[in-house]
Amino acid sequence: MTVKNPSATRSNLFITLTRFREFGIILIILILAVLVGLRAPVFLTLGNFRDILLDISILVIVALAQTMVIITHGIDLSVGSSIGLVAMMVAFIIKANPHISLVLVVLLGMALGAVLGSFNGLIIAIGKVPPIIATLGTLSIYRGMVFLYSQGYWVPSYQLPDAFKMLSKGTLLGVPNIIIYAIIVAILVYYFLNYTHAGRDIYAVGSNPDAAQYVGIRKQRIIFLVYVLTGIAAGLAGVLWASRFESSQTNTALGFELQTVAASIVGGVSISGGVGTVPGVLLGALLLGMINNSVTLVRISPFWEQAAQGLLILIAVVSDILILRRIQRAKSK
Amino acid sequence: MKESTVSSTAEPQSQPVNQISMSAPKKSFLAHFQRWEWMLVLLVVLAIVINSRLTPYFLNAQNLSRTSADFMELGLMMLPMVFIIITGNIDLSVASNLGMCASFMAVLWNLHIDIWVAAGAALLLGTLAGAFNGFLIARVKLPALVATLGTYAFFRGIAYVLLGDQAGRGYPPAFTYIGQGKIPGTLIPFSVGLFVVMAVIFGLVLHRTTFGRYIFAIGNNENACIYAGVPVARIKLIIYTVSGFMAALAGLVLAARFGSTRPDIGTGLELSVITAAVLGGVDINGGIGTMPGAVLSLLLIGLVTFGMGLKNVQDQVQTIAIGSLLILSILIASIARTISAGGVRLNWRTVGLAAVFIVIFGAFFFFFFWSRAPVLKSVFG
Repeated sequence: MTVKNPSATRSNLFITLTRFREFGIILIILILAVLVGLRAPVFLTLGNFRDILLDISILVIVALAQTMVIITHGIDLSVGSSIGLVAMMVAFIIKANPHISLVLVVLLGMALGAVLGSFNGLIIAIGKVPPIIATLGTLSIYRGMVFLYSQGYWVPSYQLPDAFKMLSKGTLLGVPNIIIYAIIVAILVYYFLNYTHAGRDIYAVGSNPDAAQYVGIRKQRIIFLVYVLTGIAAGLAGVLWASRFESSQTNTALGFELQTVAASIVGGVSISGGVGTVPGVLLGALLLGMINNSVTLVRISPFWEQAAQGLLILIAVVSDILILRRIQRAKSK
Repeated sequence: MKESTVSSTAEPQSQPVNQISMSAPKKSFLAHFQRWEWMLVLLVVLAIVINSRLTPYFLNAQNLSRTSADFMELGLMMLPMVFIIITGNIDLSVASNLGMCASFMAVLWNLHIDIWVAAGAALLLGTLAGAFNGFLIARVKLPALVATLGTYAFFRGIAYVLLGDQAGRGYPPAFTYIGQGKIPGTLIPFSVGLFVVMAVIFGLVLHRTTFGRYIFAIGNNENACIYAGVPVARIKLIIYTVSGFMAALAGLVLAARFGSTRPDIGTGLELSVITAAVLGGVDINGGIGTMPGAVLSLLLIGLVTFGMGLKNVQDQVQTIAIGSLLILSILIASIARTISAGGVRLNWRTVGLAAVFIVIFGAFFFFFFWSRAPVLKSVFG
């Protein structure tokens, strides 16, 4: 998308470019780590790193799916509401059947998410409704359904069985389960985007939809697919959310969609489609997690948290675009 | 009242450039669907008829007067949003900007500064914040979605920093008049009057000035505008600055209506603002849209919400109706456009696959919703 040279050096240049993009984020992460580490040495301990990873695991799962959507030049604003709805439905189902198999619960959550995602995909891919409009609408619809389903009730911690809570809180070889899920999702998405036909088609559709159509890529199907995948990721995130926070409320994951978009964009995913990598998004999510964590550690008033996060998103995207422009200028000379 | 102002600006509007570039429009029934405003007029009439059938409390001047004031903050922010979306951009930060300005005013008021000085300072802050957005988008050339997503978090954060766990309250009656008072001698709330004046100004600027034509031109082809010498960057800077000012104004109106301010004031309003503009026929891809359409859509949203409120539908469930209205309106317009363009090029295998997918999973989904059947009965029964 950003590189227009048709020569053989194209892929080469592209690789350099993506490396540069991630280099920028790594630099910001390192600077932040050093600055915060000087103020609060506990920031640089393994335990704190584990806490950060715990906090961003759900974000990573959804942000990676969001990335696929953004690569096709779309956006999914309904993920927060989808997570809320799935978390609520799953919590009520478990409350009614405390001895239900956990595997079934996870599959159920993902299936419910897939329904929500396929509805998005249908109106966008076949109804030709612009993604931002369609998902803005389903953001309201799904959030309304949370209230319709729960009738204002919520599921508190004591009504959930311990086994369900252990789904996210348990550990494997000392690593919390929820981090392992995020790693598995990251590996799957990485493999999918880089080594499968459908994955490569996602980039093709995003960088040039018409050209993609001419070479025989079924554009509609790819677009439908990314929204269904995002729904599945949101469903999984909904189950994990209910498990990790041991409750399900009507405002679960309210506003989360913008965090997932922020993680993708800070991670170097281009909002105009065609550009984005899994490592970049992981770093983007890590940066967001570090910001939240450091605001607490440096004992800044918690009221500064959101302002700091917003400011750092702005710094990240502005420095990213300035770096990118410098690279392009250097290349055109 | 609102409709009369609409008709004053609702004259046939010249066709946007990209419609001309399409093949000559056929005069079929479906072609009329593209005159979105007529569709909206129909829907507004329908909403009035249904509402007055459903409840005797609907056609009550007191009620209508009170409820109309509830949508004016939304309306004030929608006006510049129409400009922004027509240029093909977006502003996600308006509601956060509103919160920041209202909080700023509350802080100054809590420091015993005169309320009008505080309000003026808040307007200035909002304008500067809008200019900051404009700078990021027009000069740094960040995509609008990215820039305003950042300021969305940043401005709301500043609201929390300013006010923390405090609240602003005890505003003098002269100030709360902005949000609660009525124009003397009438039942029309002051804020509605303010909105009508603003809507006329914005409508005239959009449809009757060179500046307005530039806005459409930018939305249709920004590069061509740059080559044609249109000051694209300056225009973007101006409309974002205006958007910031209007967000601050909406913040004052909202604070005056509530009589108090908390840092989370107006959270989530940005999506309602965008919904209102888009439902009004403003194309999210830019280049198409009218101010009367946007005002009509605000009226429609207001009527639908008010009617549901009178029937005791919960606020949160009302969002389902608004969301569906948004999707359906765009979906119908999109299908009508496809059919009237003559080219139904659907990949039937994809459609079939999608249909099978959604039927299987839809059944599955409703099975689980059914497990809470009392809920369904309370809604449909």
